[in-house]
Amino acid sequence: MTALPLVEQFQYGLDAPICLTWELTYACNLACVHCLSSSGRRDPRELTTAECRAVIDELERMQVFYVNIGGGEPTVRPDFWDLVDYATAHRVGVKFSTNGIKITPERAGSLAASDYVDVQISLDGATAEVNDKIRGPGSYATALRAMQNLARAGFEGFKISVVVTRQNAGQLDDFLAIAERFGAQLRLTRLRPSGRGADVWDELHPTASQQRQLYDWLTARGEQVLTGDSFFHLAAYGDPLPGLNLCGAGRVVCLIDPVGDVYACPFAIHENFLAGNVRGPGGFASVWRDSELFAGLRRPQTGGACQSCSAYDSCRGGCMAAKFFTGLPLDGPDPECVKGHGERALAAVGGAPVPRPFGNHSHRSRPVPVTIGRRPAGPGPVRHRPDRACDENPLAGFRP
Amino acid sequence: MFTETPPRAAESFDLDRPWQLHPQVSVRPERFGALLYHFGTRRLSFLKSPALLTVVKTLGDAPSAREACRRAGLTPAELPAYATALQTLASSQMIRPREAR
Repeated sequence: MTALPLVEQFQYGLDAPICLTWELTYACNLACVHCLSSSGRRDPRELTTAECRAVIDELERMQVFYVNIGGGEPTVRPDFWDLVDYATAHRVGVKFSTNGIKITPERAGSLAASDYVDVQISLDGATAEVNDKIRGPGSYATALRAMQNLARAGFEGFKISVVVTRQNAGQLDDFLAIAERFGAQLRLTRLRPSGRGADVWDELHPTASQQRQLYDWLTARGEQVLTGDSFFHLAAYGDPLPGLNLCGAGRVVCLIDPVGDVYACPFAIHENFLAGNVRGPGGFASVWRDSELFAGLRRPQTGGACQSCSAYDSCRGGCMAAKFFTGLPLDGPDPECVKGHGERALAAVGGAPVPRPFGNHSHRSRPVPVTIGRRPAGPGPVRHRPDRACDENPLAGFRP
Repeated sequence: MFTETPPRAAESFDLDRPWQLHPQVSVRPERFGALLYHFGTRRLSFLKSPALLTVVKTLGDAPSAREACRRAGLTPAELPAYATALQTLASSQMIRPREAR
């Protein structure tokens, strides 16, 4: 009944995103080392409550089914719960990512009562030791307390979202056990060299053998574990993982950042991927439909250096943002190409300067360490490590 | 989350009873047909032809799914394929049986 497979349809873009990531604030109580939006301090230009409502009105008109809200830590915005209510009242579903700081027993109860809200708790280690080195002291306890509150309130199937790193890649079974303990669903996503993640990617990204183990582990679990479709570069190992296995940037997904800037995807906060601003004439709809950047992304892409590779039809060259922020050409291999082409390409660019993420909202008073290890000793305030924004690829779990 | 539930070969779709779109499902027309999103199950489905979209939109007002297909201009030869598609939608709760009025 279909003229073209859906993957082909999506490749040329839709009139409205299927869903999108919306980072509501750059403010965050944490300072995770791999934060893809370099969050920490609120930006004075952030959208007002009225402007956020206007965006929701537009999303309703465009029939965007749901938004993945992140930040920063979105729940620290004083109007956060009002905006969630406003969205759901307008039939725009909400999934929000949080470190759990505001998920009290009372709040968990009201969240459990809503069909239109889903919650995603970020956790980057199955133990406090591993987690807190990435996300900061106390962040493991905060996340687990939030999970307990949700479970006790009867919120079934909330998400536990893990960015897979070299340090936690050996804890996959432990993460699954935590999810089962709370009646939650585990979600694993890929570490990107975006935001502050650019500074730690070399040390934190999984090794080649860890990638292979991850692929086998995910393949064995099928749809039991969500991936936000973020590991489609691993499809080059053989069978594709559940999902679309296509980069949806600017085609079926995008990012609205706290100041209203619209980027092709949450991992590409850089002027090269900036399509416009929701405050411009025509609002978000006009950016989505008329941006030259998005029009370019919706044109057929060439495989470039990857064109002759036997795996190109599976991985389609991997992640645009991962290539960009490691200094690789966009039509070449992914830096984590499972055939090893990425490593060779990285060696070829050597120490050449790579593009820097756009904007930095990191806490000034708490310099972000570029190495993972013990936090600096000495008196003074506790030095938190970064949180990461919502990294949802809306094509999660889609099976063409 | 965006999983299409595969059709279950063992079950056949009852074309002769009344059906309706699930009240928690939103429908968004697209060039290729439509996107469906179920707010309760948080799943996305795809209608891969405009004719199927017409059928789905007609279901709630037709005395049977067979009649909805007829109103959408489908020929008898096309019915089996559409019954399979409707069964897929039923198994993912996108459509559900409706009591006859």
